[in-house]
Amino acid sequence: MASLKEMRNRISSVKATQKITKAMQMVAAAKLRRSQDAAQNARPYAERMASVIANLAAGVTGDGAPRLLAGTGSDQRHLVIVAAADRGLAGGFSSSIVRAARERIGTLIAQGKDVRIITIGKKTLPPLRRLFPDRILQSFDLSAERQLTLSVAQPIAEQIIRLYEEGETDVVTLFYSRFQSVVTQIPTAQQLIPAQLDASSASPAVDLGGAAYEYEPDEEAILETLLPRNITVQILSALLENMAGFYASQMSAMDNATRNAGDMISALTIQYNRTRQAQITKELIEIISGAEAL
Amino acid sequence: MAEKLHFSLVAPEREVFSGEVDRVDAPGAEGDFGVLAGHAPFMTALREGKVTVVNGAETRVYDVQGGFADVTASGLIILAEQVVDAA
Repeated sequence: MASLKEMRNRISSVKATQKITKAMQMVAAAKLRRSQDAAQNARPYAERMASVIANLAAGVTGDGAPRLLAGTGSDQRHLVIVAAADRGLAGGFSSSIVRAARERIGTLIAQGKDVRIITIGKKTLPPLRRLFPDRILQSFDLSAERQLTLSVAQPIAEQIIRLYEEGETDVVTLFYSRFQSVVTQIPTAQQLIPAQLDASSASPAVDLGGAAYEYEPDEEAILETLLPRNITVQILSALLENMAGFYASQMSAMDNATRNAGDMISALTIQYNRTRQAQITKELIEIISGAEAL
Repeated sequence: MAEKLHFSLVAPEREVFSGEVDRVDAPGAEGDFGVLAGHAPFMTALREGKVTVVNGAETRVYDVQGGFADVTASGLIILAEQVVDAA
């Protein structure tokens, strides 16, 4: 059995750990609130954009449609973008995104598709590199970015669009974690190219009253500039959702850790007290039996 | 002026303005334009410039960089890449 001194050390080390996890939990809670606001504030733009594009796309069909919308007509080459966290200590946050992506990549490979991967975030690259070492195309590290703005998502979007236009890929899918609530984040796959239009996101009550939409410049030109921007916006909102999800996940992970540390401290303290009591009793018995022997 | 125009100005980070106004002037790619309530459906790219929102006696001005304006029967939506309140 461990000596009393060892047990005391053990208890104080667990207490120190508990302080750290407690502090991390509170920091995560504060950051969660901010990133949740950021994610929420970014939603109107993304939603409006989607509905504008859906409106436009309804008018532009057939051969005139831009390639970002219509696709290349093939689905042989896939590009999978996996966005997860830059830091750890957040429970299963990154690994659940990576798992979802890994499953999809596995299925695609089994179907004989050509898959390339782009990762975003430090925690995304190692597990995927281990599994698919020669499929990683590029990885982005955003840990130095202090604030997520359009200019952060821009280079990623540009890279994707360049690959698409050079014919390197036919279908682009983005994996991220959708922030549903503080306790649930859902790993989600979102198809970026060809643009997926949710017909229901087209503003339903657009009654043109017989009037035709007027475009300046023409529809194709507008779509042509809008679609790349939409990709940027989608990436940005995915990153923002990820950020909120990350802090939520970190908060609950650290909450659990704090509670575990508390349980451990009380178990250790009981053990420490018992051992101490046993020692005292033993010493007493020795003294008493010594006195009796006289 | 009885009818009001529903106008929202949305930046990527947040919704900058949303509400009922009398008139909005915006810098379209092919010329400035003004929108009143009941404007015909219209969509245009924007160039860099000022968006002026007039509501009664109150006037707000925003510096806008790049984006789109979408006029439908339900109102005007401006999606701008960058919005600065020029006050």
